[in-house]
Amino acid sequence: MERPLTQHITFPPLGLRQYEAVGGYQAARKAIRHMTPQEVTAVVKESNLKGRGGAGFSTGMKWSFVPMDVSGPKYLVANADEMEPGTFKDRWLLEGNPHQLIEGMIVSAFAIQATESFVFLRWAYKTAAAEVRKAIAEAYEAGYLGQDILGSGYSLEMHLHTGVGRYMCGEETALLNSLEGKRATPRAKPPFPQVSGLFGKPTIVNNVETLSCIPHIINKGAMWFQSLSHTADGGTKIYGVSGKVNKPGAWELPMGVTVRELIEEHAGGMKNGYRFRGALPGGASTDFLVEEHMEVKMDFAGVAAAGSRLGTGTMVVLDDRTCPVGFVHNLEHFFAQESCGFCTPCREGLPWTEKLLWAIEQGQGRDEDLALLASHAALLGPGNTFCALAPGAMEPLQSALKYFRDDFERHIKEKKCPYGDHIH
Amino acid sequence: MLTTSEKEQIEKEIRQVPLKKAACIEALKIVQQHRRWVSDEGIRDVADILEMSPEEVDSVATFYNLIFRQPVGRHIILLCDSISCYVMGFRDLHRQLVNLLNIQYGQTTPDGRFTLLPNPCLGTCDHAPALMVDNDLYRDLAPDALENILAKYT
Repeated sequence: MERPLTQHITFPPLGLRQYEAVGGYQAARKAIRHMTPQEVTAVVKESNLKGRGGAGFSTGMKWSFVPMDVSGPKYLVANADEMEPGTFKDRWLLEGNPHQLIEGMIVSAFAIQATESFVFLRWAYKTAAAEVRKAIAEAYEAGYLGQDILGSGYSLEMHLHTGVGRYMCGEETALLNSLEGKRATPRAKPPFPQVSGLFGKPTIVNNVETLSCIPHIINKGAMWFQSLSHTADGGTKIYGVSGKVNKPGAWELPMGVTVRELIEEHAGGMKNGYRFRGALPGGASTDFLVEEHMEVKMDFAGVAAAGSRLGTGTMVVLDDRTCPVGFVHNLEHFFAQESCGFCTPCREGLPWTEKLLWAIEQGQGRDEDLALLASHAALLGPGNTFCALAPGAMEPLQSALKYFRDDFERHIKEKKCPYGDHIH
Repeated sequence: MLTTSEKEQIEKEIRQVPLKKAACIEALKIVQQHRRWVSDEGIRDVADILEMSPEEVDSVATFYNLIFRQPVGRHIILLCDSISCYVMGFRDLHRQLVNLLNIQYGQTTPDGRFTLLPNPCLGTCDHAPALMVDNDLYRDLAPDALENILAKYT
């Protein structure tokens, strides 16, 4: 099978000349010299590429919302703030082939006629920062960035911004506030960033994996991209598995492989002595899938039909010797800590949720706590908070209450954690 | 007061953005690079050059996990406490670090050598548990590896 995104990943990554030698920057040349921005957007729309940051919205559709006739700058931002617990796919692309991302950004920026672009990269990715910085400098030197790219009259500047640590920066409007030097709190929508984004100008924010797909779509066409997939969602997907499996890792596979294939084939099955109990299919803010979901196809519709979300496609496995209450407490601790505090349900509700879970885990839970947790799961759910952080936080909780209820009840009844001191 | 070097670096950042205020995070990063943390004086210095109120700058500084508003040690240990590292045993690493350093999260060793901080997902979940010391990432860690790692940092 073809693995367009990862076929040229090396550590250290290919330099510009090596990247060109394997066909690099041909898509940028093709798009800028021989296509109109509308044609580029149409191909991407037709490819059925859906955003790989977690939300899964059609990328070409998102671009088409940018008003093309406004004066002044437009912006393109690569969201490289990968802070979703359990997610490590973009690090691979950033460290292993930064020119692929930059080429994807050039083509995407051309499609919306952006004149400025940013890579918003998280602080902790030190190797990625060095490689991206070097690749941007090489792209400028070769004339792929800057004024009058390839003599076309099209100009694009690119900047690397390293963040200062806050999960909220991954939310696209919070990311824009952070790029503007402010606290990373989310903005009200509408207006959507495509119309009024960075500094009030039309802005597109796309995930690293999404942008890395673009050069291949331009080179080989929409139909080819769709044919890579096992399902209606176009392309390949970088899937990952972490936890007590034999071979944790990330793999580029056709969109729509099953949960079983990922865990048993690619991740080598559960480690000796451990049994599979469940998994978060796409990072910390997705609902658990359990044993009965092993044949679920890992695409946007398949995982949604099973009651969860594909999210980032990087799976965290819960085994039978890890306490589900402790597991969910860890997640809620994270979300409570990372809530920006901007809206009350999230600011107040998440720490409360965390405290309830901690009390249960410590053997101090009360019978009524489970109903209280369920009410939090509803009250902090979609539509009741300003952004998606708290609803995302409630996904693993509500599904844990459904699938691992016995564990919660045993904690309360036995007044201790039945999993002991969590010795792994 | 800002040093010449700090001032030059911040002014370079200001030239790259349409509004002075937009350079706030970069300015705080520059001050922290030079002084290791951002004191009240640092906040006032940034506020002066960006024509903001100190309160406004402080509200930005205190929002972000990695802008330090109190003194830190020569080396920062970021221990990943996220879910994959939880499953793979970060708490054993935490216990061992507390034993070796005799400090809790947020504290600095009395000799000023290390500050210990929790950090959400270092993005290396396939090699959990993991931690960073300054710019160095350590993965697939067992608690008995920590002593040798710490010894590298004086």
